Amino acid sequence: MRHARSLAVLAAAALSLTACGSGGSSGDGDTTLTITANAISGGKNAATADWTKNWLIPKFEEAQKAKGKTVHVLFQPNGVDDEQYKTKIALDLKSGAGADVIDLDGIWVGEFAQAGYIKPLTETAGAEVEQWEGWSQIPQAVQGLGIFDGKKYGLPQGTDGRVLYFNKTLFAKAGLPADWQPKSWQDILDAGAALKKAGVQTPLQINAGTAMGEATSMQGALPLLVGAGTEIFSGGKWTGASQGLKDVLGFYRQIYTTGLGDPRLQQEAKGRDKSFQEFADGKIGVLAEGDYFWRAVVEPKLGVAPMQDRDKTVGYALIPAKQPGAGVRGQDFVSMSGGAVRVLNPKSKNAKLAWELLSFMHGAEATKASLGGEARITSRTDVNDEVLAPDPMLGYVAEKVLPITSYRPGLAVYPQVSVALQEATADIVAGKSVDEAAAAYQKKLEGLVGGAANIAQ
Amino acid sequence: MGFVFPALVLIGVFLIFPALWTIYLGLTDFRLTGLAAADPQIVGVDNYTAALGDERFHTSLWLTVQFVLGSAIIGQAGLGFSIAWALRNRTGPVKRVVEGLVLLAWILPSSVVAFLWIALLDRDQGTLNALLHMPGFAWLLDHPMLSIIVFNTWRGTAFSMMLYGAALENVPPSHLETARLAGASTFQQLRDVVFPRIRGHMLTNLLLISLWTFNDFTSFQITAGGPEGRSEILPVYIYNVALSGGRLGFGAAVSFLVLLINLVLALVYLRLLRGRRGAEA
Repeated sequence: MRHARSLAVLAAAALSLTACGSGGSSGDGDTTLTITANAISGGKNAATADWTKNWLIPKFEEAQKAKGKTVHVLFQPNGVDDEQYKTKIALDLKSGAGADVIDLDGIWVGEFAQAGYIKPLTETAGAEVEQWEGWSQIPQAVQGLGIFDGKKYGLPQGTDGRVLYFNKTLFAKAGLPADWQPKSWQDILDAGAALKKAGVQTPLQINAGTAMGEATSMQGALPLLVGAGTEIFSGGKWTGASQGLKDVLGFYRQIYTTGLGDPRLQQEAKGRDKSFQEFADGKIGVLAEGDYFWRAVVEPKLGVAPMQDRDKTVGYALIPAKQPGAGVRGQDFVSMSGGAVRVLNPKSKNAKLAWELLSFMHGAEATKASLGGEARITSRTDVNDEVLAPDPMLGYVAEKVLPITSYRPGLAVYPQVSVALQEATADIVAGKSVDEAAAAYQKKLEGLVGGAANIAQ
Repeated sequence: MGFVFPALVLIGVFLIFPALWTIYLGLTDFRLTGLAAADPQIVGVDNYTAALGDERFHTSLWLTVQFVLGSAIIGQAGLGFSIAWALRNRTGPVKRVVEGLVLLAWILPSSVVAFLWIALLDRDQGTLNALLHMPGFAWLLDHPMLSIIVFNTWRGTAFSMMLYGAALENVPPSHLETARLAGASTFQQLRDVVFPRIRGHMLTNLLLISLWTFNDFTSFQITAGGPEGRSEILPVYIYNVALSGGRLGFGAAVSFLVLLINLVLALVYLRLLRGRRGAEA
């Protein structure tokens, strides 16, 4: 008797466990699709979340209804650090669960594909993927964000570029011009010193340390590295403790040991969010970020740290090379670019329909609606041609930044190299010398990429 | 045998199998993403030797020892006993309010509690800095270990307090009375009358809170192991290397080492308990 009851309990537990799996079809011929992104109303990437809920889902359900199909689309919002989002998605896909359409950073495509978590789009959704009208609208370089080993894994949402943002009010106080454009790293340091003299709490914010994750690499170490004439990966070799790397670490050291930057902000668990808030509060003079900062952080209505007077107060300038002409390819100015993609879950129970949703999301109409009148460089040339003109910041990035930008290597080991790079900057912030930090980086790098033979000095 | 079979199945499915699986994973180069996620290779004891030689693991182990000693043994057990002792003869509102507050710290959800402590210790807008009139003092950056030790003491004292409270009722008041009449100081009363009586409770309590604290993850929500790993106790270290860093195989190896350490801890306490029973018999 007791035996039977225990078994019943076990069976009930097992049933409730399986019931937790993501539902495919919910009976009555209805179909449910799920979209996930690191976006949430009222928080991170709020514009994307609002667009998904208010425009995309009703429109898509309507379009399907016109075809006589009842489709429900659910949105799973997230509002966390990119690294945590990545872990969550990887675990979802690993366990065969997860949303049907998933937002990913383009740089994760390689490692997710190698792990078998995502499959080429044609494999998941069939040959009609190649017939999509949108491919002809997406430039090759941008398509590359979703390509790994020559196969298309995802649809790119757009690309971005990095600049130096500065607070014109603080600049005026320090006697610096409103159309500031530094020509060398020294110019940045000089501006920082002038701001400090004028009583600005934190003159410069160049992301460093491990707490900021990939933001340290994208907004800090990598643009500086190309500014020193070195790419993290080139000619089949990774950059070790080279002179370029030491120059970068030396620049960090000048900022974070002389009071021009706030080392604490780089160490705090929520340092990046806090730096946004401090910039919006007028406590930071110069901050290096992508155009994301302009359209999602200090954006007056939906930003996470809104600035009502953004258009008037926030200036932007190109990131200079170490000295004029010292950048990669002999450039005077540099930038880094990346971009998000959307992929299909290969375990999706309705893969064809999921592709319909994905391609609908990347259609011209949906792309335009996703902008909501705001500035962003989309993946589609037809949309860009239309929306680029009115916003000066967007035009600036498209015209001045994208032609000089660099991309990260789409290799699966890159994220680990990136962490080693972040750790080197963390060492500097914690007060270690350039040589110590560079040597520790070199040692980690050798372990990651398979020995010194794959490292350029 | 028939009666215990369901229990054995449960233990097998939820305890033994995961433990064996952890051992297996620890022998591979399994990763969260990349090629090694699709096709992990057996690497033998490489992960174990790497972990034992890893400076970060050593630091983490040492921090965990500090964390257990500081927050569990000295903090929770010490404070819990002190409160229980101070309140032993009291009744009425004072006792109820104190116990209620201590219990509240224990039963609140950890994410809520973590948020409260970040708000308390934040260097710019933190309540503590406002109270002490020392704006800008970075508690979580300058004293990360102290912060999480105090936090965990606050968080977990309730259990020790309740357990000691119940144990103290086992001490016959007449014995204490006799000792007091004989001129014994409070310390002597505790040493000669109280502690021998509640030794079993003390050891059980220490065993439980040491193991809980050793495996506690709540501090992650406050410092995330930072800055620069200065509060990276073992559970946080495992999370950081295995999930954030994606090295699941290596993380499994470290988890197994932690399991062994836990077993040793438990054995030591159990031996002490058995020694006590032997002495009583």
